[in-house]
Amino acid sequence: MDNTYTLSVFTEDKIGLLNRVTIIFTRRHINIESITASESEVKGIYRYTIVITVSQEQVEKLVGQIEKQVEVLKAFYHINNDILSREIALYKVSAEALTENELFTRIVNENHAKILSIASEYIVIEKTGDEREILHLFNDLEKFGILEFVRSGRVAITKPMKTLNTFLKEVENNSKTVIKHFSK
Amino acid sequence: MKMNTHKKYNTEVTGAEAVILALLDEQVTDIFGYPGGAIMPVYDALYDYMDQLNHYLVRHEQGATHAAQGYSRVSGKTGVVLATSGPGATNLITGIADAQIDSTPMVCITGQVHSHLLGTDAFQETDVVGISMPVTKWNIQVTKAEDIAPALAKAFYIAGSGRPGPVLVDITKDAQFGKTTYKYQKCESIRSYFPCPKVKDDDVSKAAELINNAQRPYILCGHGVLLSGAEKQLLAFAEKADIPVASTLLGLSAFPPKHPLYVGYLGMHGNYGPNLLTNECDLLIAIGMRFDDRVTGNVSKYAKQAKVIHFEIDPSEVNKIIHADVAVLGDAKESLELLLPKVKTQKHTEWLKRFEDCTKIEFEKVIKDAVDPKTEKLRMAEVIDKFHKLSEGNAIVVTDVGQHQMITSRYYTPNIPNYFVTSGGLGTMGFGLPAAIGAKVALPNTQVVAVLGDGGFQMTIQELGTIMQSDIAVKIIVLNNNFLGMVRQWQQLFFDRRYSFTEMKNPDFIAIGYGYGIKGRKITERKDLQAALEEMYASKEAYLLEVVVENEENVFPMIKTGASVAEIILE
Repeated sequence: MDNTYTLSVFTEDKIGLLNRVTIIFTRRHINIESITASESEVKGIYRYTIVITVSQEQVEKLVGQIEKQVEVLKAFYHINNDILSREIALYKVSAEALTENELFTRIVNENHAKILSIASEYIVIEKTGDEREILHLFNDLEKFGILEFVRSGRVAITKPMKTLNTFLKEVENNSKTVIKHFSK
Repeated sequence: MKMNTHKKYNTEVTGAEAVILALLDEQVTDIFGYPGGAIMPVYDALYDYMDQLNHYLVRHEQGATHAAQGYSRVSGKTGVVLATSGPGATNLITGIADAQIDSTPMVCITGQVHSHLLGTDAFQETDVVGISMPVTKWNIQVTKAEDIAPALAKAFYIAGSGRPGPVLVDITKDAQFGKTTYKYQKCESIRSYFPCPKVKDDDVSKAAELINNAQRPYILCGHGVLLSGAEKQLLAFAEKADIPVASTLLGLSAFPPKHPLYVGYLGMHGNYGPNLLTNECDLLIAIGMRFDDRVTGNVSKYAKQAKVIHFEIDPSEVNKIIHADVAVLGDAKESLELLLPKVKTQKHTEWLKRFEDCTKIEFEKVIKDAVDPKTEKLRMAEVIDKFHKLSEGNAIVVTDVGQHQMITSRYYTPNIPNYFVTSGGLGTMGFGLPAAIGAKVALPNTQVVAVLGDGGFQMTIQELGTIMQSDIAVKIIVLNNNFLGMVRQWQQLFFDRRYSFTEMKNPDFIAIGYGYGIKGRKITERKDLQAALEEMYASKEAYLLEVVVENEENVFPMIKTGASVAEIILE
């Protein structure tokens, strides 16, 4: 059975590495639902957060293939219960929404969103939340006519406690090796 | 004048010279390549080092990659390829993909357009880093002279460590022209790279327990045994626990073929017993192999009755195809050394008898006729069988891909580890001839015989020019059935004999050989076979022997697509 999984991939900073990682999904005909990349709490180490819907068996194999890449330090997969996740969305609606000011303000407030900017022709609303909440606000605002809508990929913090630095110390002890295959 | 690389240390050199110096610092002695615009500075630097670095000029860049593969497969050293940008670089891709799937260490160095031209569709610009990404273990583009030596150090380390594979280093022309102070620091670790997991004693104990309690244990030996140099350890383990050993296509030569525990080879056209009895063993011990679909047949009907132990260096291979009850991660040699004292001395006489019975059946139904046929025309198996007897299994045999490959792997059993080279995972037609060239370059005092089909030979036939130019004494046997035989066999069996574009109108191969200064002989009759093989084998120079064989011979046994290993057919 397919499930939504959030992958956290910790990598070195290298040109093209993101491509190398996404190829792993492409090759297996798996669609990436969202992807975000940014520097982690450790300088020089990047964190990709990737959301996919696959089976448990598939996600295990994918993580194995991702970890196999030379510049990937570690990859984890999580079900939704193991993470706290957020997306950010921006909605541009026509300034005419203000003609129904009371309703408009109530919608923004009830959705825990905020008005980012008001111009003569449009209003930009910002909302942080999960996918469901962002969609909820979208539906509520549709009656005013949405001119533009954009949402970020998922960012996620995992609940289990192990700092990246502890982990890095472990991997540094493990990565030392010598070339071992046969030679004549 | 011989130059030592250390004399160049801390002196200013061009990036191009740094490439050559780095190769020397990696103890590279042979490279395969083809010059062109964007790699010209490196070729110019090479001109001063011709006494230390043997460059073999191939006739097509694909030939360079396969030669580097053949070189690596018989020597264990990392093969090195040099090519230019654009088409030179794209021509490498087939060989790189082959090396990736068959775990062959190779460093490919490509020239690239000036860095200020990157992304402008400049002459002979191609995004080779992007193109090669899915088929390399690692790759990098270098745009500064000072980054060349560290990139190559990393490249050699990654290519040769853990599960080996191909890497590509793309160097812009301005980086080659640029100046740098030469230093070389061998790479010995990379923070994010874990090439060889440390073997866990606990896992080995669990494996030993399963082995000690098994009634019908069965070892599948793969390429990993050869890569790790674990042949002796495997032999000691198999003998102590009295366990039959079968080999994958790439594992051939890892276990002595005449040993009573050696039962044959696995796969679609492998031996009868090794396939059939996979579904009768109670414990499958896979060592350095990856359960390729040509080995497993229908996975849902594969060894369901057995527990599985998987000895494997690459964690992503565990549970990829077949669930392992016990996985022992790490180097095969180290793992088997730890395993040996934990396994009990056993006898599995009855179980081994099952394999012997199967061998007898296969001999009666398949082998007897194949090696001593009553047909008017020669058959492939008798050619290989006669050659095997002549060479006593002491020659390096390199095959191409197709029917002749399956026949050769069935009827030629090498005595010495790594003396059998073939394209397994990718099944690359055109692999054989250049790979044989590479093997001969690596081990010039060993007989190297390329066994090719008429189809595959013509895919890289231009490499006869490499043989001519560099005097490489490769022997070539072309088994000519004037068909793309394996595809024709499938058309016969599964497409109602509709021979769609598999019949070949072939040139005069011997005349082509003569054109390249390679002597040769064509035979069509049985009475000439032995003498022709002897003449070829005794030749001090390259030799081309064309043997015209039965047009529509099929390779058996066979496991049909979708069938289980137990459904292997003999005729």
